[in-house]
Amino acid sequence: MLEAVLDTRRSETLVSRLRQGDSQAYEAMVRQESPRMLSVTRRILRNEEDAKDAVQDAFVSAFRSLGSFEGGCQLSTWLHRIAVNAALMRLRSRKRKGEDSIDHLLPTFLEDGHHAVEPAEWRDDAEALLASRENCAFVRECIDDLPDGYRTVLILRDIEELDTDETARALGMTANAVKVRLHRARQALRSLLEPRFRRTTG
Amino acid sequence: MTASVTCREFVGFLADYLANALRPEEVDAFNAHLAECPLCVAYMNSYQASVHMGRKVLDPDDLPVPDDVPEDLVQAILAVRPKA
Repeated sequence: MLEAVLDTRRSETLVSRLRQGDSQAYEAMVRQESPRMLSVTRRILRNEEDAKDAVQDAFVSAFRSLGSFEGGCQLSTWLHRIAVNAALMRLRSRKRKGEDSIDHLLPTFLEDGHHAVEPAEWRDDAEALLASRENCAFVRECIDDLPDGYRTVLILRDIEELDTDETARALGMTANAVKVRLHRARQALRSLLEPRFRRTTG
Repeated sequence: MTASVTCREFVGFLADYLANALRPEEVDAFNAHLAECPLCVAYMNSYQASVHMGRKVLDPDDLPVPDDVPEDLVQAILAVRPKA
């Protein structure tokens, strides 16, 4: 609690100096915050040059928006959101190739509505499986393997915890499209994970 | 959704079910289906596990943050600082 109060006060002091045009304060902010912001943009863009460019965009945007920073949250939290938005703008401006289909990763059903392929039970619960570093790395790889459009929705909704409407605005799609994409992305992730985590018999 | 839920319908509306976004009678139909379909129970458990795992491995508070950022990036950011 005290740490959070001190962090907020440090943020407010830094922002006050930034608004006064303090160059040293700006450099301090850049050096302090850019590592984490680069992690965020890398995760969304998966391209090092685009990720760095997005961080630059984010700082430009942040500096111009300092007047709207009201405090009440830490500077790093505010910059995190700006970095996410900057990465999304870069993602949208990428020349669109046809997006990879994930139909092959979705469950299939018989005419009567039963599963065409029986879903397997997994050999352990999620927490137990994540105790292994190799398993964690595998999960990250599977998320990375999802096509951009699906992976981005998964990250924004399940990781960044934007709500459906915020995600729809960020991606320029309808709320219903976001819901459908999210469900498909989760199903696809499940299909990618199952071969490793399913309970094997015998 | 029909009064008695098929596996296809169960999986199709699973996200809404888990988000408590179904009407009460739909929830009842889902629960009735789960009571008699171990395959959909297995699917639901693994779906939830997948979501949970994705959240844990990409937790923003656990981001793999580099120790520092390339100096050329820092200098590029400082160079494009908007004039106050």
